[in-house]
Order: sequence, then structure tokens, then C-alpha cells
Amino acid sequence: MYPISIVAEAMLNGLLTGAVYALIALGLTLVYGVLHIINFAHGAFLTVAMFAVWAAYVFLGLDPYLAIVPLTILFFAFGYVVQRFVIGPASHGDDGNILLVTLGLSIIIENVLLALFQSDTRSISTDVSFQVLEIGGLLISKARLYGFLGAVVVTALLWLLLVRTDTGKAIRAVAKEKLGAQLIGIDVKHVFAVTFGLGTATLAIAACLLMPTFYVNPRVGGAFVLVAFTIVVLGGMGSITGALAGGLVIGVVESLCSLYLGDSLGQIGIFIIFILVLLLRPTGLFGARA
Amino acid sequence: MTRGYLSIIVVLAILAALPFLVASNVVLNFVVFVLIITLTAQGWNLLGGVGGQNSFGHAAFFGTGAYVSAMLQVHYGVNAWVALAAAIAGGAVVGWIIGFLSFRAGLKGSYFALVTLAFAEVLRILANAMEFTGGAAGLLLKLDTGFWNLQFSSRAAFVWLALFFVALALFISQWIANSRFGAHLVAVRENEEAAKALGVDVLAVKLRAITISGAITATAGCLYLQYFLYIDANIAYGVWISIEALLAAMVGGRGLVLGPIIGAFSLHGLGEVTKLAAGRVPGIDLAVYGAVLILVVGFAPGGILGLINKLRFRGRPRPEPEKAATPAPKTEEAA
Amino acid sequence: MLEVETVTKRFGGLVAVDAASLEVRKGQIVGLIGPNGAGKTTLFAVIAGFLKPTSGRVVLEGEDITGEAPHIRARLGIARTFQIVQPFAGLNVRENIAVGAYLRHRSAADAHAKADAVAHRVGLGEDLAKPASSLTVAGRKRLELARALATEPKLLLLDEVLAGLNPSEVRDIVPVIQAIREDGVTILMIEHVMQAVMNLCEQVYVLSQGRMISEGAPEKVCTDPQVVEAYLGKGAAERLARMETGHA
Ligand SMILES: Nc1ncnc2c1ncn2[C@@H]1O[C@H](COP(=O)(O)OP(=O)(O)OP(=O)(O)O)[C@@H](O)[C@H]1O
Ligand SMILES: [Mg+2]
Repeated sequence: MYPISIVAEAMLNGLLTGAVYALIALGLTLVYGVLHIINFAHGAFLTVAMFAVWAAYVFLGLDPYLAIVPLTILFFAFGYVVQRFVIGPASHGDDGNILLVTLGLSIIIENVLLALFQSDTRSISTDVSFQVLEIGGLLISKARLYGFLGAVVVTALLWLLLVRTDTGKAIRAVAKEKLGAQLIGIDVKHVFAVTFGLGTATLAIAACLLMPTFYVNPRVGGAFVLVAFTIVVLGGMGSITGALAGGLVIGVVESLCSLYLGDSLGQIGIFIIFILVLLLRPTGLFGARA
Repeated sequence: MTRGYLSIIVVLAILAALPFLVASNVVLNFVVFVLIITLTAQGWNLLGGVGGQNSFGHAAFFGTGAYVSAMLQVHYGVNAWVALAAAIAGGAVVGWIIGFLSFRAGLKGSYFALVTLAFAEVLRILANAMEFTGGAAGLLLKLDTGFWNLQFSSRAAFVWLALFFVALALFISQWIANSRFGAHLVAVRENEEAAKALGVDVLAVKLRAITISGAITATAGCLYLQYFLYIDANIAYGVWISIEALLAAMVGGRGLVLGPIIGAFSLHGLGEVTKLAAGRVPGIDLAVYGAVLILVVGFAPGGILGLINKLRFRGRPRPEPEKAATPAPKTEEAA
Repeated sequence: MLEVETVTKRFGGLVAVDAASLEVRKGQIVGLIGPNGAGKTTLFAVIAGFLKPTSGRVVLEGEDITGEAPHIRARLGIARTFQIVQPFAGLNVRENIAVGAYLRHRSAADAHAKADAVAHRVGLGEDLAKPASSLTVAGRKRLELARALATEPKLLLLDEVLAGLNPSEVRDIVPVIQAIREDGVTILMIEHVMQAVMNLCEQVYVLSQGRMISEGAPEKVCTDPQVVEAYLGKGAAERLARMETGHA
């Protein structure tokens, strides 16, 4: 139907978007893998991070790529505090409650942002926003390429952190055997909060990589939340590399759906994948962490 | 048992009398809207509250009710009451299908919640993209008031109409609460394995619940259409209505017959007060709802009705945990 | 009434039940004993339909029910209790038992009347309005028994209903079980409390590492060297025998 070059470009674009999706899903899957909870506010946290990038650029003149360092630290602290002092105490550790509490958080965040910024869409354009590279006859946006590379690097770093460091070992110990970890003196609440903090920190990085080519409004995170869940179930709950692979797949699927079905139906492919994965492989999903 | 019906009748009588006491259109508008939310939440409450299957996607039923009725009236000139009946049936069918797919796959808890959300989103995108559903422009009902068209120029009449359906749902819920089906549904919520051992067909019970739930919520969607005479995909299938349904039931008292109506009125009452206090800041009432949800989940899992019950039992010899070894010094009241 | 024919159940590499067979005749109380992890609860789960056997058949009153779902088996007259008690924690005692009673009674009034009767029978008559979550261990075991009984079963599967009870509580509940049997309910019970097994059962099966290693009258089974070894380890029977002769 379409010439191969257009399809190839759509796929390449899909891969680039998919890498950032993967980065967003990374935090979600990490939190699921350790805490065994589904953070419904993940999308709302992303919105906050994107507004933070926007504000840092507009008010402080901070380039999004430079903002990565301070925002990652800031969002780690934010996630830590939210898990330790809001989600933990209010949910009593019950899985259904956590979903409701994080839903409550996302409603609060979205609407407070709405009160502060109205529903206007904001974007920033830095030097890199409009630069393109030509590779093999295909035009690639530089900013999106950076996004792709950044996502891959962060995935690798997170993987190293989990496998190589003491913190990572504690996190994995808690993920495997909560009670046992407690018995050998690991502060489980602290590890929970650290993991949650790491999850939100990856969102800050994702926001920094997204903003040069994307926009932000109070509802933007909502568009990402089901996408991120889809990636997580597709890649396997709690799997870091699975999130990367799932993200790339979903990016391409979305891009091709938009190409063939039009923009208004573009996301439907994602939801259908989500439903199908849940319906057809539920044992696989629960089996991963039963 | 009769106490249940009595409190229902008291609540209904108060609301039915309201149009005689208040003439303000603003107030009656508020009441109609909240009654529609109540009805939506009553559907949610049967599945999520009584049955423990938290849905994040009741918009799927609300939207189906609204769209089935709108399409029949707009495209085929079907009578509004007939369209209402079809809308209710449509909600039941969509409920059954979603239930059949998800419950047979064994989805529970958060997974069930997310999959219902995804189903609702698929329907929203479809309704937004297809010509038959009016696309992004939505569907407009012709203004033509009259009983047979299910349109009323008087707000009071619409209050009574909505109240009629809310009352119907209340009686159905109360009846279920006292029935074998209700006992089975609660058993499934509390412990599926134990329920199975006692001969409960868990899948059939859940399917029945989601079917009735879908039908009730679809009725609300249809009423919304008849009142506002306009729907589009983001209204009818939007996440907002799924959240409203869940919130009202949770805040009022999940699983309790009067939970949704108490919750919807309290929550929206609070929302109005907030708006008055904060001025016209967009979204401020919703932010308060989010906070209320967290507070309810964390500190008042029984909702408002649960809190009231607790207060009522204060000081009375409550059913205490039996601890034969340590006879707790109970302060008996001589009242 | 119940025949279990060479049932095997594997969990991945682990063979929890290994070609085990047993038979329970109408009106009997049959015991199923064996060391921890022998596969007793797993075998119960297979009989009640909660687990599909890897191979073998379950036959109830001459009919093969191996493929039936648990709720169908409950309708056919099999009721089970859970070793790890599974109360409906949010409900009170009456409501808990009524769920079982609804199996044979459609109306709420009948089901509640049945529930009350059963509760009195097992000694929960005073606790009808209490939340199930407030019951003691003994109370919860009674509740398990009451719920199962409320389904008016032909065959009652009791999984360690006496475990965790103190001797006086055991003394209270043994006659209850006896009375149930006298009403014509056939009983198959897993039990570690040997005193109770001796008192109640006329026939005992012994499961060890998934295999049925012995069966017969309780006195006979208890002196079976294979059984002693299963419980106390290899060579134990011999040592015991030597000790006995030494004392004599
Ligand atoms: N769902 C399961 N998945 C994997 N292994 C299981 C499962 N259920 C039981 N097992 C294993 O099967 C074996 C038999 O367990 P089972 O509970 O049937 O023993 P039991 O005889 O009832 O022991 P006890 O006297 O301690 O109750 C054990 O090794 C147990 O770990
Ligand atoms: Mg056992």
C-alpha cells in the first residue's frame, strides 16, 4: 500500500518513540517487580516531571539535557517520600487499595496541575529540537535519537544497579522474599521507598528526553499510563530487559497503526494488545510473581 | 431486612419532596446530575462493592447505554423509551462480554481493573473515530419535550424520572442483598476458594453480577443523554465517569445498598462547597475527590455509612473478639 | 461411595501424589494419615475438584467425576474443609454458614434457619452474630466444619479439623463428628491426632511421599513397620521392636 521507504520511516520513528515508552515503563515494572504493586499514578508523575522540565527551561533557562541531573535527584526524593508517607500508610499493603490510592494521587496531581496551568498545552524548543540527521536516506530527528540512546543507557544502568550494587541486592532480596529479607535485617519499608524513588527518577529522565520534541499539559500523562502498562505486561511484569523490548514493540505497533488506520485510531492497537496479553497469558503474568 | 427497605424509602421520600421545597434550577440541575452519578455508581457497587471486582471501566457501560439510545433515536427514529430498553440490554450484553472474557481468563484485582479500563478506552477510541457514532462531533438529540420522548421541560419532572430509576436500582440492590445470589456474590468477594467448596459457581455469579451492573450503569448513560441531549466519546466513554462511579460507591460505603446515593450526594456537595470557597479554579473539586478517595481507602474503608455505624456502636457492647484467655474488662452500659 | 483410582498429581518435577488409591464405603469414617508433606491435602484437593490429577480417576457412587468442577462436586454431595481455614472474614458466623446452606435452600429464611441449626450442632450457637474474623482457632475450625455441614453432604472431607486445638477442645468436638456420622454422612478425615483417629475411624489409609503404604484397621496400621518407618525414619521399626523385646 505504502512505499517501503514510508513504512521504514514509520518503523524507525516507532523505535525511537518506543525507547522512550520503554523508559517510562521501566519505572513501572521496577516498582511492580519489587513491591508487587501497580502504580496508577505513574502517568501523573510523568506529567509533573514534564512540567518540571518545562519550568526549569522557561524560568531558569536550564537546558532539558542538563536538567537530567538535578531532576533525577529531586524525583528520587519525591518518589521516596510519596511511597513512604502516603501510599504505604494509606494502603495497608493491600494490592487493591494501592491501586485505589494511586488512582487518588493521580486525580489530585492532574487537577492541581489543571488549577495551576489550565488545560493549555506547553512546549519548549531548544537548539536540538529541529535538528535532523540523514542516515541511509531516512531523516531522523536528533532529539529523538538522543531520547533513544538515553533510554538504552538508562536501562543498562538500572540493570547494573540491580545486579552489581548492594542496594540492588537488597532490592532483589525484598522482591524475592519479603519476610526473609526482613529477618536478615533489611529495612523493608526503606527498600520499598528507594525502589519507588528509582521508579520516579527514571520518569524524570524520560521527561527530560521527551520535552525537546513533545508537549505537556495536565492530562498528558494519562495518555502514557495504559501504554506503559501494556509494555509492562508484554515484557513480563518486573523484567527490565522485557520493558525495553516491549517498549520498542509497542512504539512500532503504534506507529504502524497510525500509518494504516489514521491518527485517531493509532492507539487502539496498543489497547487491544494489552487486552489480549492479559486475557491470553494471565497465568504467565501471575506466574511471574505468584 | 425490613429496616433496609425502610431507610431506602426515607431517603427516596426526602429526594422526591425536594422539587416541592426548592424551585431553584441550579439546585434541581445539581440533583439530576448527582442522581445520574448515583445510578452509575449503583451499577458499579453491585460488581465492585458487593462482588469485590473493582472496575476502572464502567464508562464502557455508561457509554454503551448513551450511544445505543442515541444512535437508535438519531439514525432510526426509534421511540426514546424503546431506545432506553435497548440501551439497557446493550449495557447488559457488553457487561456479559467483558465479564466472560476477563473472568474466564481468571483476571482479578488490579488486573481486572486495568483490563476494564482498556475495554472502555477501546470503545472510546472507536466511538470517537467512527462515522456511525458521530465521530468526534458526537451525537445530538433533537429537542422535543414530552413524556413519550423522555424529555421534560420541567427540571422537577426529570428529578422524579431519575429518582424512579435510582429507586428501582435501590430496590433491586436490597433484594439482591437478601437473596441467595447476593450471599454467593459476597462469598466470592471474601474468598473464592471457600465459595467453590460450598457449591458456588464462581464464574456464573460474577457474570451475573457484571451483566446486571452493566445494565444499571447503561440506564444512567441513557438518562444522561436524555437530560443533556448531547454526547460525545469523551463524555460517554470517558475515564471521568468510571472514576465517578467508583468514587461515589467507595465514599458512601462500598457494598452497601445506600452507599452510592450517600456517596454521590456527599461528594458532589463537598465539590460545590469547595468551588464556592476556592472560586472558579478548574479541577479544584476533583482534586478534593482524589484526596477523599485516599482518605477513605486508608482510614475509613467502610465509607461514610461505615463511619456512622461505628459511631452508633460506640459505648454499646459491640461484638468483641472472643479471647477466652484474657477476659477484657468491658464497661457495660446500663442504658 | 468414593473410589480414588491410582491418582497421581505432579507439581512440575515434584510428585505430590503417586498412584494413590483408596476406597470409602457408605457410612464409614475413614482416616487418612501420613507424615507432613505426604500429599494428603493434595489428594483431598483432587477429590474435591480443586486440582486436576495428572492421571487417575475419582469415582463417586459409581460415577466418574474426575472432570467435574468443585462446585458441581459440592452439589453432588462432596464437602471439604480447609486445613488452612478460609473463613469469609468480613461476614459474621451466621452469614458464613448460610453460604453453605444456600446450596440446598433457595430462600434466605430457610438458609438462615439451617445455618442456625448447624451452628448449634457444632457448638457455635452463641457466636452467630460475631464476625468470623473474631473467632479463636478452635472457633474457626468449628466454622469450617459448620459451613461444610450446611451443604448437607453425603461425603465429608475433613482436613485436620483437630489440629491446633487443645485436648479439651478435641474432647468437645470428637462427639460432634461421631454424631454427624450417625446421621448417615460418610466421612474421610485427615488427622494427625492419633488418639482421635483411633477413637473415630474404622479404616485408615497411610500416605507417605505420595504413596499409599498401608491400609486397614487403626490398630493394625499403627504397628505396621512400614508406617513406623515412614514417621520415624529408616530402621526405626527395627529399633522399636528391639526396645519392646528388651522391655518384655
Ligand atoms: N500448589 C502446589 N504447588 C507446588 N507444590 C505443592 C503445591 N501444593 C502442595 N505442594 C507440595 O506437595 C507436597 C504435598 O503437600 P500436601 O500439602 O499435600 O501435604 P500434606 O500431607 O497435606 O502435609 P501436612 O501434613 O503438612 O498438611 C509438599 O511437598 C508440598 O510442598
Ligand atoms: Mg495437609
